[in-house]
Amino acid sequence: MLRVNNLSGGYGGKEIVKAISFDVAKGEILGILGPNGSGKSTLLKLITGILKPSTGTVEIDGQPISTYSPKAFARKVAVLPQLHAHAFSHSVRETIELGRYPHQSGLFSSWTKEDERAVQEAMESTAVTRYEQQPIELLSGGEQQRVFVAQAIAQQAPILLLDEPTNHLDIAHQQQLLDMIRKEAMEKELTVISVFHDINLAALYCDRLLLMEDGGVAKIGVPQDVVQEEVINTVYGARVKTQPHLVHPKPQVTLMTTHKEDERDAIITQKNFKVSGERVVLEAKVPLKTYSSAVHNAGFGWYQTFINRHVNQNYNARNVQQEMTSYLLENQFSLSTTVGMMTAAFTENVAIQTVKADFGTVIIAVTAGLGNAVDVAEVIKRQDDDVVGTVNTWIIVNGHLSDEAFIQAIVTATEAKAKAFQFEKVKDPIAHTIATETSTDSILVAATQQGENLPYAGLITPLGKSIAQGVYECTVEAIQMEKKRKVKRSIQ
Amino acid sequence: MSKSGVAYIVSAVTLIVAVWLGVSIGTVNIPIQTFWDSSDPKATNILWKIRMPRVVLAGLVGASLAIAGAAFQGLLKNPLADPYTLGVSSGASVGAVMTLFLGLSIPLLGSYTLPVFSMIGAALTMFLVLGFARLVDRAMKMETIILTGIIFGAFLGSILSLMIALTGDELRQVIGWLLGSVSMRGWQYTMMILPFVVIGSLLLWLNRRELNAMLFGEERAKHLGVNVKQRKFMILIGGSILTGSAVAVSGTIGFIGLVVPHMTRLMWGADHRHLLTLSFMNGASLLIICDLVARTIISPSELPVGVITAFIGAPVFAYIFYRQRRKGAM
Repeated sequence: MLRVNNLSGGYGGKEIVKAISFDVAKGEILGILGPNGSGKSTLLKLITGILKPSTGTVEIDGQPISTYSPKAFARKVAVLPQLHAHAFSHSVRETIELGRYPHQSGLFSSWTKEDERAVQEAMESTAVTRYEQQPIELLSGGEQQRVFVAQAIAQQAPILLLDEPTNHLDIAHQQQLLDMIRKEAMEKELTVISVFHDINLAALYCDRLLLMEDGGVAKIGVPQDVVQEEVINTVYGARVKTQPHLVHPKPQVTLMTTHKEDERDAIITQKNFKVSGERVVLEAKVPLKTYSSAVHNAGFGWYQTFINRHVNQNYNARNVQQEMTSYLLENQFSLSTTVGMMTAAFTENVAIQTVKADFGTVIIAVTAGLGNAVDVAEVIKRQDDDVVGTVNTWIIVNGHLSDEAFIQAIVTATEAKAKAFQFEKVKDPIAHTIATETSTDSILVAATQQGENLPYAGLITPLGKSIAQGVYECTVEAIQMEKKRKVKRSIQ
Repeated sequence: MSKSGVAYIVSAVTLIVAVWLGVSIGTVNIPIQTFWDSSDPKATNILWKIRMPRVVLAGLVGASLAIAGAAFQGLLKNPLADPYTLGVSSGASVGAVMTLFLGLSIPLLGSYTLPVFSMIGAALTMFLVLGFARLVDRAMKMETIILTGIIFGAFLGSILSLMIALTGDELRQVIGWLLGSVSMRGWQYTMMILPFVVIGSLLLWLNRRELNAMLFGEERAKHLGVNVKQRKFMILIGGSILTGSAVAVSGTIGFIGLVVPHMTRLMWGADHRHLLTLSFMNGASLLIICDLVARTIISPSELPVGVITAFIGAPVFAYIFYRQRRKGAM
């Protein structure tokens, strides 16, 4: 569709774009990225013919753009500019009608049905029909930009070029605009080339990315290949981490600050725990990176307060999440910084232990309710039941964990727990075999992310060993306390 | 009916009324039946030999200045641009006064010598102003162009003063001409500028859609498929022809080119497909009315019409400037 061949050019004899070559296929969305001054806008100006190249060519459908007349070129290529201010105000409709300019010819050329249809369609697909008669200057930035998209759509060119189209727009309007362009590209097989400032937006909406550096191509390819930590850090001179988008299979970057929390405050000890009959609370001075299966704020996140709350054996809320939220609010815990779990076990019977290792310390806290003990190997034979019984395991690490370490920590802790069940000969009351857990267990791993880097938490590492030992011992202790409580109660 | 349909009807009715007032009012009032009833030879003579050519000339001059102003404002995306503020009128004056001063008469041009020199003066000034503005500031910002226009206007004004100082006998003729007037020109002058008005206006009107596109900037116009270089040249030439011919027959009549397009835009919108034609009609009406005021207000004496247009135009200019700045501040 569009081929850029060894293209160089710039202003006043100074070459800004240097020997760039690439192809764009029909229906493809190509994003152009690069640091300030890397030549993104200049490249776009060379492609649109605003600047003349010093060497190289741009071809559309196999023909160099210099052979197209201005009108013929505009029938092939529509351009969406950055948002500008205007001296005089056109109405929305007049603005969009201008998109039909390249399709009109002759001195007295009149407005055809074809023109009218194109304008109507463009207004509908950008949802600006209701502003039709309004002066464009009275619209908000987002609405104005939509009008210019409509103008470009009315132009009915198979290629659309955009220069930082989301500049000055808030995120809702950015999303709206790019969704609209993506939809047009899909439905009409529009070929799109767009300059982006925002790497994440580009990665999210483009099929391929071209990363520019100093007028040349640093990298071109699918977003996964271009948006890589080393590549972005080198080209932009920034400090970023990449991670997958939460919903879409696209990479995203996260900026990292050089600012560090005070390390002394960050260290967690058993003094940070407050234990009562109602709940176990851990208050950290700084947020901990947390990965959990809690009721409130599960998954990955940064949290400062951790609650394991006792509920009655007969606890039966229709909406557990909601009930937990109102509990947290009633007790004046912040919803955004608190992780909340619940257990039928008695929280004053929590087993807390500090395990020392070379890298620092790991604190383990376990509460064990055994009402619903189950053997993982026999569970398939069971009917669902509502018995509440929970082993909640917390692993708090004074160290810097990798994502792998979080997962390995959970694996290690689960195995240690199973072994503790075996040691205490906790029975699956239905299968009459030794249980491995209870059916509603919860786990939480939290790390200060300061101090030593701990990439792994398998049993071969000191961290793995500390977790294994701590969880095993604490679980045994918690089970024993629970058993004693039951015995005591039956005596009474 | 569409908004533009209403606009055309209102403007046409205004023009007809203006023409009627222009021919009927004066030291002798002309009744309307004189148009078809030639039984009163004196009234018929006044109507067709004195008043009508004057009204038509005023109309053509007003129309030329207004449509040129509309086009310049659109091209430069600048509400304060007009042939007057850009120094183009001064250039045309220098061309015309030079013809009078040197007593030039090119055989081939005959009585067209003065308008042709006037137009050349206008076109030269236009290109010099824009060329210099570009030299100063590649982006050709509004302020740059206006300042350049003022610089050139002042310089050309001094050349005019110099020529006037050296003129001696011809002084009254030159001064009277400079103040701007459409009096006592007769049909000859009217017929002389007609072809230039037609050609100039047509050149602008053919670029009505291009002017719309260029309001979004030259780069944007190029994206939309406008051959910017060629179209810009056409508009500048068209504007210069109109300004030059208007100045040639009537001297420097300011503010029409500024005020009329602006008022028209405020009332009927900035779409050049209508703005150019409507400005043409309204410019004609306004100058006919101004001329009527000029010759009746201190009757039997006459004021130069340029005095009236400036008297009305300057406050309006101030108002536009105030509005524009206020809008920018908001």
